[in-house]
Amino acid sequence: MEAKIGTRNIKSIFFKGIIVFFAFLITVPLIIVLLYIIKQGASQINWRFLSHVPAPVGETGGGIINALVGSFIMVMLAAVVAIPVGMAAGIYLSENPRTRLAYYTGLCVDILQGVPSIVVGIVVYFWLVKPLGTFSALSGSAALAIMMLPIVIRSTEQTLKLLPDSLKEAALSLGVPYHRVILKVIVPCGFAGILSGITLSIARVIGETAPLLFTAFGNPYLSGSITKPMESLPHLIFTYATSPYDDWHNLAWGASFILLVFVLTLNIITKVMTRKWKVQL
Amino acid sequence: MESTIVRAENYNAYFGDNHVVKDVNISINKNEVIAVMGPSGCGKTTFLRGINRMHELIPGATAKGKILLDGQNVYDMNAIYVRAKIGMVFQRPNPFPNLSIYENVIAGYLLNGIKVSKADKDVIVEKSLTSAALWKEVKDSLHKKGTFLSGGQQQRLCIARAIAMQPELILFDEPTSALDPISTSSVEALFHELKANYTLIIVTHNMQQAARVSDRTAFFYMGELVEFDDTKQMFTNPTDQRTQNYITGRFS
Repeated sequence: MEAKIGTRNIKSIFFKGIIVFFAFLITVPLIIVLLYIIKQGASQINWRFLSHVPAPVGETGGGIINALVGSFIMVMLAAVVAIPVGMAAGIYLSENPRTRLAYYTGLCVDILQGVPSIVVGIVVYFWLVKPLGTFSALSGSAALAIMMLPIVIRSTEQTLKLLPDSLKEAALSLGVPYHRVILKVIVPCGFAGILSGITLSIARVIGETAPLLFTAFGNPYLSGSITKPMESLPHLIFTYATSPYDDWHNLAWGASFILLVFVLTLNIITKVMTRKWKVQL
Repeated sequence: MESTIVRAENYNAYFGDNHVVKDVNISINKNEVIAVMGPSGCGKTTFLRGINRMHELIPGATAKGKILLDGQNVYDMNAIYVRAKIGMVFQRPNPFPNLSIYENVIAGYLLNGIKVSKADKDVIVEKSLTSAALWKEVKDSLHKKGTFLSGGQQQRLCIARAIAMQPELILFDEPTSALDPISTSSVEALFHELKANYTLIIVTHNMQQAARVSDRTAFFYMGELVEFDDTKQMFTNPTDQRTQNYITGRFS
């Protein structure tokens, strides 16, 4: 018996060693990628980089202001549409989980989540770009909104499902009408979770290139018009990184760095906000 | 002069095909403390939730018959109005976790969007918390979240929240079953004080509690109201064999 316990201990130490090793191993590529982007990109960042449009071939300097503004406008527009719609659908799914509509909605959300982003892009191309006759920021936003929807819906649903029924009963027993129960009790109590879903979905779509390729297309000039083609960070990285010019490569590295900082900041904000607004049940 | 506040007439409640409350007729007077007891699954909670129309919120739940509140059938009234008029305290304390103690007490006004001046709110909060025997303990931390309180304090906060709406009738659904003995006794002591201004209907599976706090007791068994009598009478000399069996512990 004594001897057996000895081998058991060795086995469990061995097993623990293996999982620690792999947990460590997966952080290595991530850190290498991050360091490489920082090394290549951080040196590009200066005021000129953030405030100017890209320079034409042959000229040095130039910046990515068109892509920064474009990404901001398109993501905000997408969020304005996707967040209310997604929250409403998420509330419905958590409130009426057993209805037929909920079943099919849930199924659609799962499928939508699995649709490759390029397919979303092509659908929007046929729905908006072709009928309107032009690439536009609007169609880019539409594609991004479709990408955001499943994340917002599921995170809202999952968060609200965790709230105890007793909370709803407490409000209903005070004679509070249903819509107020949802808006004043259920949503505020699940706010931290919903918010983290929203920021995650923004972080997700801000790096999407494929749905923008043939919707917003890209634009080497600064444009604020949503009916015209618009540049975005990932699209700028794509076009400039695949170009044959060193200056343009540097621009792409700088833009990658900015995108990285953006996503990282969003994630940190999410973590902080979730902790701050978490409602203790 | 005793006056009836709640009267059930041939009240039946169902969950789908499951007949949970069968033909209940009962008449409850103002300022009485009524205990409703019976074994698990006897329909006592369902009956209670029928009074303020919380029963029908469960999918598939239906009800037949009348429940008269001050002579008016609650099933002819707007459910939201009925629930605002009748207070309810649940098995587990359920203060709103996103609201402070202060806001929890006036939650009925806050969530319904009823405008009340700051001065009036202060009065309502102090009065309700005093009636719920909680004022002394929380008066210095009114703006802390209600969920920081102990279980017993939370339950009294929920009672204060019900009182704040100035109901005539307060329903208690096993209000002490999630509480420790000390908190239980503080809530029970409260029942005696609340009696002066309110009518209380308390569902309990605890016979001793029914005996301690109530004026009259209703005994439910298998969905039927078996016996409804003065508590003393019921515990010393029950008329129905089933009540006798229950009280003497032959089943529970």
